[in-house]
Amino acid sequence: MGLEALLRGEDFITTTIDEVIAWARKSSLWPMPMGISCCAIEFIAVNDPKYDLSRFGAEVARFSPRQADVMIVAGTVTYKMAHVVRRIYDQMPSPKWVIAMGACTSSGGMYRSYPVVQGIDQFLPVDIYVAGCPPRPDNLINAIIELQKKVEKTRARDFQDKK
Amino acid sequence: MENQNNNITPVNFINPEEAAIYQALQKDSEIIIEDKLENTMVLNMGPQHPATHGVLRLLLKLDGERVIGCVPELGYLHRGYEKLAENMTYYEYIPHTDRLDYLATMANNVHYVLAVEKLAGIDIPDRAKWIRMIVAELSRIASHLIGIGTMAMDVGALTVLLWSLREREKIQSIFDKVCGARFTTSYTRIGGVASDIDDEGIAMIKKFVDEYPGYQYEIEKLLHTNKIFLDRCEGIGYISKEDAVAIGFTGPNLRGCGVEWDLRVKQPYLFYDKVDFKVPTYSEGDALARYYVRVDETLESCKIIKQCLEKMQPGEVKANLPKEVLPKKEEIYTKMEELIHDFMLVNFGINPPKGNIYAGFENPKGELGFYIVSQGKGYPWRLKIRSPSFNNLQALPKLVKGCLVSDVVAIIGSIDPVMGEADK
Amino acid sequence: MENKITNQAVLDIIKEKFPNAIENFEEFQGDFIIYVKTEFIHNILKFLHYDENLSFEQLTDTTAVDWATRKNRFSMVYQLLSMKNNYRLRVICYVNDDLIHPTVTDIWKGANWQEREVFDMYGIKFEGHPDLRRMYLPEYVEIHPLRKDYPLMGNPGDFKLPPIIED
Repeated sequence: MGLEALLRGEDFITTTIDEVIAWARKSSLWPMPMGISCCAIEFIAVNDPKYDLSRFGAEVARFSPRQADVMIVAGTVTYKMAHVVRRIYDQMPSPKWVIAMGACTSSGGMYRSYPVVQGIDQFLPVDIYVAGCPPRPDNLINAIIELQKKVEKTRARDFQDKK
Repeated sequence: MENQNNNITPVNFINPEEAAIYQALQKDSEIIIEDKLENTMVLNMGPQHPATHGVLRLLLKLDGERVIGCVPELGYLHRGYEKLAENMTYYEYIPHTDRLDYLATMANNVHYVLAVEKLAGIDIPDRAKWIRMIVAELSRIASHLIGIGTMAMDVGALTVLLWSLREREKIQSIFDKVCGARFTTSYTRIGGVASDIDDEGIAMIKKFVDEYPGYQYEIEKLLHTNKIFLDRCEGIGYISKEDAVAIGFTGPNLRGCGVEWDLRVKQPYLFYDKVDFKVPTYSEGDALARYYVRVDETLESCKIIKQCLEKMQPGEVKANLPKEVLPKKEEIYTKMEELIHDFMLVNFGINPPKGNIYAGFENPKGELGFYIVSQGKGYPWRLKIRSPSFNNLQALPKLVKGCLVSDVVAIIGSIDPVMGEADK
Repeated sequence: MENKITNQAVLDIIKEKFPNAIENFEEFQGDFIIYVKTEFIHNILKFLHYDENLSFEQLTDTTAVDWATRKNRFSMVYQLLSMKNNYRLRVICYVNDDLIHPTVTDIWKGANWQEREVFDMYGIKFEGHPDLRRMYLPEYVEIHPLRKDYPLMGNPGDFKLPPIIED
């Protein structure tokens, strides 16, 4: 299956280093779930046997930022919590991406009130926005696939000077 | 706190190289090195942590590995619920109540609508009451499944979490069939429920309730005679009866201390006085007793649902009061009075009489209460939410004193807080 | 299960001990509410907790209401629960104009965090409270959001955000 079907005795593959590195990065995106409120429960449901996320290589959800690639911000972010989220984003090593899950992180959601930040992109660079309140698990898997398409197009030397 | 002189060698080092480094460090920097055995440390178990249930920040003062003091800090999820309620009508607030205790969403809806109906003095038809009881008990099972699963996961048994999530997925498919959304349902309306359950939904509920005790027994076989689980949970987090009542415990936490207080039995609402069920109570007062109460309550909820399905009769699901209850969709498009009533209700809201009420009900986590002050207009003047997790967490500094750091995680798991409710 | 004590009996017991403390009482949709003068509030609550016939063991909720009038602007509301008699009672009193109110943490331990929340949201100070600081909002904030003159979206500059990332 798969790669072994291509091997016929002369085992050479020609490609560019950028493509191989991008393929390796996209197939093993380790998420760091920043689970704050209700969307975190839907993130847990994505990992359970019905909507399996480990098919896409993103099974290892480590809660430590030093070992993760993508930060999934799931839940309403208040002004008090924004400093904490920013500190954890700074601790992640590059290359790193951010998925804003749900309506509360995209634009404040149904909470138009004094302590809620109206959208994560006021202090973080966001790559993918997922709609829904909370988004269905199928929707989150779609977001990971879109992120994989975005990662496929990156070049390794773009991340050379970033920390 | 004395400065160690450079001539005295610290006694705890084995090899002289380490002692030399120690003394060089002291000469070089501004560290005041005290006696190593008389030092307390402040540890920050921060808002982002895999084992606190949500965004709870704990500052622990440690002496070695023992905890001698604890200060919890809340407020990382404060979304301004009470200020929002003063600016929107009673109908518009129903989706907000879903997100309070986001593990038992249907139960919050039912309790809020019951409080508003008490204020306005509305009576609802019988079939709506049976349906509300069924969905409230289903969300009680869903919430306790997460409580059991995460407590087992915090103590180390990861398999139990995946099994209980598999059962919870079945309940969420039932909600999907009944009202269209699997997680944040807004199913109840003032005056009844949004729509009726058809035969396929009832068959799904029956199948789930018949098979559930078998799956519960599998989890019991793994955990209840496991020496590691029992040693980690038995005897820690003890609280006495009088302290528990004075500090504001309610729900399964209070029933694990020996006080038999359940609002479904003492101050019954809906049709809880017509069904027959036990109230499990354990008197030890430690973390293991609170865990056992939750396990037994899921089996009692299965019994309640079975009896409701037998006693339910076909009928209307919404009350017929044009000034307070939204009329049916088909009639709005064809008749004139219903159109006018729909316009008035959506724009100006129901106008309950002037006064204030308090209504408390039995949420899976404890007593959820709503205190509503009304000035006769369509939106409340003041709405206060008495959340059970806020009052349960108040006991945490007292429960945690004197135990090890790894016991703190098990104690938080046995209290089972939800931060969306505690922070409002 | 019914209550083991009636509203009239409770009113009589309180009137016997504190003859001129009760201003008003009412019954609304099944709830019983008594309105009390402010200088008697601490003694009445202590009596309600320690008396053997009434014995209100648990303080369910503490909150405040802003009436937005110039005199007697805030009122404090206490919900009490008696497990022995299966009975609920509500006690309401006004807050003095200097916004300092006596605390009830010496009667019920559970009032500690509830009064901190009232201080955070309304600015009412409680004298005798062991640890009065803010509950929900960060420490540097100077506003009290649930007052009626504070807008829903907040004023710009009340809360601080972390800086934007330069890319």
